[in-house]
Amino acid sequence: MSNNGHGASFINRQSFIELDARERATALFDPRTSRELLGPFDRVESPWLPMQGITPQADDGCVVMKGKIAGQAAVVVALEGAFQGGSMGEVSGEKMTAALDLACADNEKGIPTSAVILLETGGVRLQEANLGLAAIAELMASILALRKHAPVICLMAGTVGCFGGMSLAAGLASYIVMTREARLGMNGPEVIEQENGVEEFDSSDRALVWAIHGGEQRYATCLADALVDDDTPQVADAIRSFVSKGVPPVHRSSQGVLYRNRIDALHTSQQWDPKEFRALWTTTGS
Amino acid sequence: MEQIEFNYPAKRRVRKRAHVGVVGSGDLEVLLEPAEGEVARVFIRTSVDGFRDTWKAVLDRFFTKYDGTVRIQINDAGATPGSVQLRLEQAVEVSER
Repeated sequence: MSNNGHGASFINRQSFIELDARERATALFDPRTSRELLGPFDRVESPWLPMQGITPQADDGCVVMKGKIAGQAAVVVALEGAFQGGSMGEVSGEKMTAALDLACADNEKGIPTSAVILLETGGVRLQEANLGLAAIAELMASILALRKHAPVICLMAGTVGCFGGMSLAAGLASYIVMTREARLGMNGPEVIEQENGVEEFDSSDRALVWAIHGGEQRYATCLADALVDDDTPQVADAIRSFVSKGVPPVHRSSQGVLYRNRIDALHTSQQWDPKEFRALWTTTGS
Repeated sequence: MEQIEFNYPAKRRVRKRAHVGVVGSGDLEVLLEPAEGEVARVFIRTSVDGFRDTWKAVLDRFFTKYDGTVRIQINDAGATPGSVQLRLEQAVEVSER
């Protein structure tokens, strides 16, 4: 009987991964409290893509919404992974940074406002090169300013994952929420294979890739704060609980000594497998 | 990238705008807005050059049934004619919901 119950809950599950960026952002707010800022009809799109023969998107693949989460003011910024791999360009970067800066200004005026960033991104948009790099640097400064006042929560649901410069931005988050399907890492599997060869990392070995970059491993090694199923109510619950929790006493990125000790304890003379790594990483230096 | 424009006669006023789709491989984004005048104007930007006749065939067929006075912007990333047709119908459905 319990098997039937489990099957029904699986079939009736509302997938979060299947939603597009706009639907994902809307799903996190308290019902009927959200509105979009600088939406597609404002047509603030990348001026650089058409020059290179690439069709732009009317919102540059970045959805900004304001509303309430757990009864409290919040801004949600969602990257659309299907458009140019969710990459950060001049416009999408500026939209995200401006949203966080406005949230920061609201906090300074005494209106507590949290931020949730939905990352499905390979990092900098190579077609916009230095502008994309500058956008990520500005975004990181904005996260650091805002997280003193209110939690900045990064959510990776999949299936693009979060890589490159945006993984560094995610590293500054107050809390990271992932699904089992999501991936988080500085260098993506294809990049490692391209630079160091297939002996170093076989990007077609999905079991290996997810054992290293996947949500389950990131959560088990305390690099993510919550692991949720691909289920919309469950994802929204996790976000609400972190918004209510407020600013953490110590941010992950402020624990330099702890992580330095952990890296020192990793002897590169031997090949670590993901399981051994998990055991070593969680028992060292804490 | 190729830019294509078409105009079709129209008479019915449309009240709501609609945005559907994403500029992802094999898909497209449609922005449909109410407009003045007795005409429906379609602006297309597509990543695949040389398919003007195919676009015309798909839109000719769409406008045999649709008569809203609208401005339609299409941002295309290589969608098939079938996908284009479905996205256009979805945009109409959203705008009339």
